Amino acid sequence: MAKRIEISGLNAYYGKTRAIEDISMTVEPRSVTAFIGPSGCGKSTLLRTLNRMHEVIPGARVEGKVLLDDLNLYGSEVDPVAVRRAIGMVFQRPNPFPTMSIFDNVAAGLKLNGVRGRGRLGEIVEKSLRGANLWNEVKDRLNRPGAGLSGGQQQRLCIARAIAVEPQVLLMDEPCSALDPISTLAIEDLIASLKDKYTIVIVTHNMQQAARVSDTTGFFNLAAQGQPGRLVEIDDTNKIFTNPTEKATEDYITGRFG
Amino acid sequence: MTSDTLEQGATGALGGRGRRLGTGRMGDRLFGISTRGSAIVLLLIIAAIAVFLIAKAVPALKADKANFLTSQEWNPDAAEPRFGILQLAFGTLMSSLMALIIATPVAIGIALFIAFYSPRRLASGLGYVVDLLAAVPSVVYGLWGLQFFVPKMASVANFLHDDFGWIPLFGGDSVGGQSLLTAAVVLAIMILPIISSISREVFLQVPQANVEAALALGATRWEVIRMAVLPFGRSGMVSAAMLGLGRALGETIAVAMVLSTAAGISLHILRPGGNTFAANIANTFGMAGNMGRGALIASGLVLFVITLIVNMLARAIVARRKEFV
Repeated sequence: MAKRIEISGLNAYYGKTRAIEDISMTVEPRSVTAFIGPSGCGKSTLLRTLNRMHEVIPGARVEGKVLLDDLNLYGSEVDPVAVRRAIGMVFQRPNPFPTMSIFDNVAAGLKLNGVRGRGRLGEIVEKSLRGANLWNEVKDRLNRPGAGLSGGQQQRLCIARAIAVEPQVLLMDEPCSALDPISTLAIEDLIASLKDKYTIVIVTHNMQQAARVSDTTGFFNLAAQGQPGRLVEIDDTNKIFTNPTEKATEDYITGRFG
Repeated sequence: MTSDTLEQGATGALGGRGRRLGTGRMGDRLFGISTRGSAIVLLLIIAAIAVFLIAKAVPALKADKANFLTSQEWNPDAAEPRFGILQLAFGTLMSSLMALIIATPVAIGIALFIAFYSPRRLASGLGYVVDLLAAVPSVVYGLWGLQFFVPKMASVANFLHDDFGWIPLFGGDSVGGQSLLTAAVVLAIMILPIISSISREVFLQVPQANVEAALALGATRWEVIRMAVLPFGRSGMVSAAMLGLGRALGETIAVAMVLSTAAGISLHILRPGGNTFAANIANTFGMAGNMGRGALIASGLVLFVITLIVNMLARAIVARRKEFV
């Protein structure tokens, strides 16, 4: 069920402003791909084009192609709602539904997909919470509000919610930037264990994190302030962090700018 | 500083003797005194109203030969005063609840449309029009209701009675325009803007993060509203509805103009007649004698208590699931 993503000639706009320019790249299934780069270089925008979340912002639009295996996500016959059901997303700030219990948070996506019955739901909820390394911490309080958990637990709850529907791809937009180091470690361990089943794309500001969790790293940059972001290079994480092809990449990872 | 010393400071500042509160700067002191003064004036006003109402009501209640709570009569100025509020309470609650039932879904629909469906330009214009509806004086609603709406409702009432008379609510011997249903519809229009604009404010406060979470799970627009918006806004919507109910319960002049006051309690909502606390006071206070005024004031106290209970119920509903936001 993990699928390959092939991006070609992708441009994304906010109104008249072009945020990313002519991106082409491939994301391999059952691997972790990290997007790194300075703020405003369009890496989050690119991530949001992959599940058609970019276009929910008024005035935002996308040109180009994103292939999920053979299906063009931007084809005219494709329903963005169906795309989002197939591609899960975890956000920068943990965003469990504040009015729902832990159980209902995880079950939210399942209910949208028509899964009914407390027993069937319960099974998948437990499996998802175990998958997100959260089960042991919350199994005695599934009916308590999800918003009552700590930040790190909330983020794992959001991951459980995303994987409950068994998506083909999991997108993570700086999932640890609001968390402390211990919670960050827990999420990183989780990412490592999830990549057996899912295609994972993670945006991060933390270069050590990219080096730790990803197999492939893409470095994004913009030519100048106000210019759209571009993909500078994408390669094996090892190669990017030890022997990058582009000088800009080397400058960035060695801390000379950004 | 403990609360004890704070309190000493407060009494000191008020009495103009003893230790001063805070740093003693002139502006701070004046501001502290004036805010405290406003709070005290408020309490005094409420106490004065309560004392006045009770003092006027008690003699009338003592003289009442009928049961004040269960009697349907209203002859307080007779040689042997007989009056009770049952009919008024029924008319008030019935018309207000019907108004609430009619207004709430429409108001929430308007609020959802403005907040999530309409194009931005239309949204601001529409919000303005809704707010404008709240600014129309109630006497204008009363005039419009009586001159324009009552005749229209008379034919609606005939239609409902002829074709749906088998539903007990639409049954009865006589139907007409000046019915409780007409009053309820006019009330519904009057409370629509309050419910709608408060709901809209609540909906606009739904965190974007929750909306995006629902969208990212593959929710359609309606599913986003059901998952993230309505649960988040529920307590706000209850408060909005209760504020609307409060206005409907106390609304006087429009109801007094629309209803043809007639005695008796009937569940046939198309029947001409019915009466409410506020309309009864407005219609009869001018002509009432001493005892009659006392009786009306007593009925006003009951209305106050009903409103209080409605508010407390609303708070209880809001507080019940407080741990979930």
